[in-house]
Amino acid sequence: MLEFKGVFLVMEKILQMKGITKRFGNITANDRIDFELNRGEIHGLLGENGAGKTTLMNILYGLYTPDEGEIYIDDARVDIRSPYDAIRLGISMVHQNFKLIQSHTVVENVALGLKGLSFFYPNRYIEKKIRAFSERYNFRIDPNTPVWQLSAGEKQRVEIIKAFCREARIFILDEPTTMLTPSETKELFRLLKLLKEEGISVILIAHKLDEVMEVCDRVTILRGGKRINTVDIDSIDKDELARMMFGQDIVLEGREEYSVSFDESVVLEVRDLTIFNDKGLPAVKEVSFDIHRGEILGIAGVSGNGQRELIEAITGLRKVVRGSIRILGEDVTNMGAKEILNKRVAHIPEERMRMGIVPSMSLEENIILRSYDKAPFSSGLLLDYSVISEYAKELISKYRISALDEKVPAGTLSGGNIQKLILARELSISPVLIIASHPTQGLDVRSTQQIHELLLRKKEEGCAILLVSEDLQELIDLSDRIAVMFNGTIRGIIDIDRANIEEIGSLMVGV
Amino acid sequence: MSFILEILKATIPAGTPLLLGALGEIYTERSGILNLGVEGMMIMGAVSAFGITAITGNVWLGVLVSAIVGGGMALIHAFNSITLKANQTLSGLSLTMLGLGLSGLIGKRYVGVPLLNKLHSLPIYGLKDIPLIGPILFDQDPLVYISYLLTFVFWFFLFNTRFGIELRSVGESPDVADSAGIDVSKIQYLAVFIGGIMAGLGGAYLSVVYAPAWIEGMTAGMGWIVLAITIFSLWRPERAILGSYLFGGIRVLQYKLQPFGISPNLLNMLPFIFTILVLMLASKEISRKRISAPSSLGIPYFREKL
Repeated sequence: MLEFKGVFLVMEKILQMKGITKRFGNITANDRIDFELNRGEIHGLLGENGAGKTTLMNILYGLYTPDEGEIYIDDARVDIRSPYDAIRLGISMVHQNFKLIQSHTVVENVALGLKGLSFFYPNRYIEKKIRAFSERYNFRIDPNTPVWQLSAGEKQRVEIIKAFCREARIFILDEPTTMLTPSETKELFRLLKLLKEEGISVILIAHKLDEVMEVCDRVTILRGGKRINTVDIDSIDKDELARMMFGQDIVLEGREEYSVSFDESVVLEVRDLTIFNDKGLPAVKEVSFDIHRGEILGIAGVSGNGQRELIEAITGLRKVVRGSIRILGEDVTNMGAKEILNKRVAHIPEERMRMGIVPSMSLEENIILRSYDKAPFSSGLLLDYSVISEYAKELISKYRISALDEKVPAGTLSGGNIQKLILARELSISPVLIIASHPTQGLDVRSTQQIHELLLRKKEEGCAILLVSEDLQELIDLSDRIAVMFNGTIRGIIDIDRANIEEIGSLMVGV
Repeated sequence: MSFILEILKATIPAGTPLLLGALGEIYTERSGILNLGVEGMMIMGAVSAFGITAITGNVWLGVLVSAIVGGGMALIHAFNSITLKANQTLSGLSLTMLGLGLSGLIGKRYVGVPLLNKLHSLPIYGLKDIPLIGPILFDQDPLVYISYLLTFVFWFFLFNTRFGIELRSVGESPDVADSAGIDVSKIQYLAVFIGGIMAGLGGAYLSVVYAPAWIEGMTAGMGWIVLAITIFSLWRPERAILGSYLFGGIRVLQYKLQPFGISPNLLNMLPFIFTILVLMLASKEISRKRISAPSSLGIPYFREKL
């Protein structure tokens, strides 16, 4: 029976979730969802943002309590009221935003909440265990490094070690590859397959089809809070999966031609720029580049290699130590943020909730954040709310922002709609230069597509666009040229017609 | 020389109530709860210790009751800020107001009453003969020795035990601790309670050992200095020693410099000028070393968010 491993083995159901329903206010995040997991399989949980994947897993992990439904583990009904219960039942979750304490060391993070540790000197035992684990699966990690010094890939490994040390039988990974480089992703998949061999079951929450196809055995597709189907990966192809995920055919191929097209005239000129980070250490070192009219310059790189500091310096949020920035020939080095924005610069910031909007203020107020002090919105002392409302309504329909009305607090919108709100505000000033930082991070395919279209239209109109992204496919689909940042320097600027992912990937990690 | 030695020797008892209070507040803040009620808890500790000692004649019983009273006061704050998730600044401030008022009322009958039983100094045989530090550190009363021991215990538990990891984690990121299966509220209640016990002990030391007398409002801003020491010590028990004795020393100087004709008003300002200086220094060090207050300090923790 064992000649063909995994084929003739009797599939043992380790987990069953039946009829799970969870409502938040009027929104039904999970609508009578059934989910099954076998021993020793990697099971993909696929769906757009807002499809209910994370909610379902948060229920399994005891972070939310379901309104209806039952959970069985090894055919026994269980009641998971808190993560503590989940851990006791052998369930571990690796969240998208790592649940790690930045200022603590790897050991302390692993020790937190671990059963059976001695009260005194709990670290000693854990340290041994981490070393054993990293030897067994062949990777390196220093147990005594503070977590903030680790890369995203290493942080994830810490999470996996945590799960492993708790002797978890079910690993839940929430979009584990979002923050990883291609080589780190490969490494993660290797590790998952090894864990699978040992009988551990993995639930992989994902929205990238390629990854699901590569690593999963089965996949469950959710859409709009409902379960659409569960299928064996061998019996399905990408197009069919996409159809189930989105409910309609969507185009999966990239742009038609990869060619470089822009004017000769320079919009943004950056020369020998040196910028310090928050700790007063050089984050950007002697960086120079130009962006031309109608050009999208992509900045590729693992985050934390100076991209954020570069953007902040160009938009006037951070001091330039050496070097110069010119917009349309005018020196704007170390000008204030408002002065620079008034040169018709649009800024789509990295953290949209924190830097892009004022969450507690209404949608219409957020829309005029850049022009509230000018006519027709303001007449010296007072704001004219009737004009503001009209204007907001116009932009809401033009940019297809879905919101109850223009008076709702901007923070209550979904991620995609917040981003469209920011774009509406920033693009309505008819910019000459757009600085876009991770504009589609965490958004579903539909919103991403809309935002890509908006950016490409602006390029047609002659805007110069600086696009920072960690999503290589996005950079390749949009950019004319791609600059790769590593360790504060630009390792090379590649014309898109000559770019390939492997080359960019290796520049990104400094090879 | 003997003048300096005398100042240093007096510094230890002057700094002891601050040290006790600071150790407690360090634990409280490490759990993410800011308790501005230290002044109130200290003075309630002071009045209860004095009252019980005056009635029963047993100093140790007075000290024990002060710890219970301080802890009880802290539980009010814990209930407000952990269970009700109220504003911690306001809750702490009201605890201070409550303590100052209530202690004045309870203490009325003890004003001017002498204590018959006192804690006598207890030189430690052998250690007190170490040149220089012997007479300064080891010719003191038993509560001082207990404060040394507690400092070590607080440091050891914070960095070398499972409880320490849990406490620090709860204060840094309660959501991480929660998802690791830690009972966030339980840890916070415990930490705030310990903070109250320690503040109560600090107050007791003041009224039954240091003074020993009951004077209305006798903490005179020490609770606020405890909060400054907490920051100065970068939330580390072992560094609280430095801060507490520094302020203790200044308090001693206040008295010792008076005969030299320096205006007492100026001298009374000293601790608070020093507070400002110390906070400036601490924030400089905090930014340089990339350490900071426990990340979730003062922020109530809610689990279920949409």
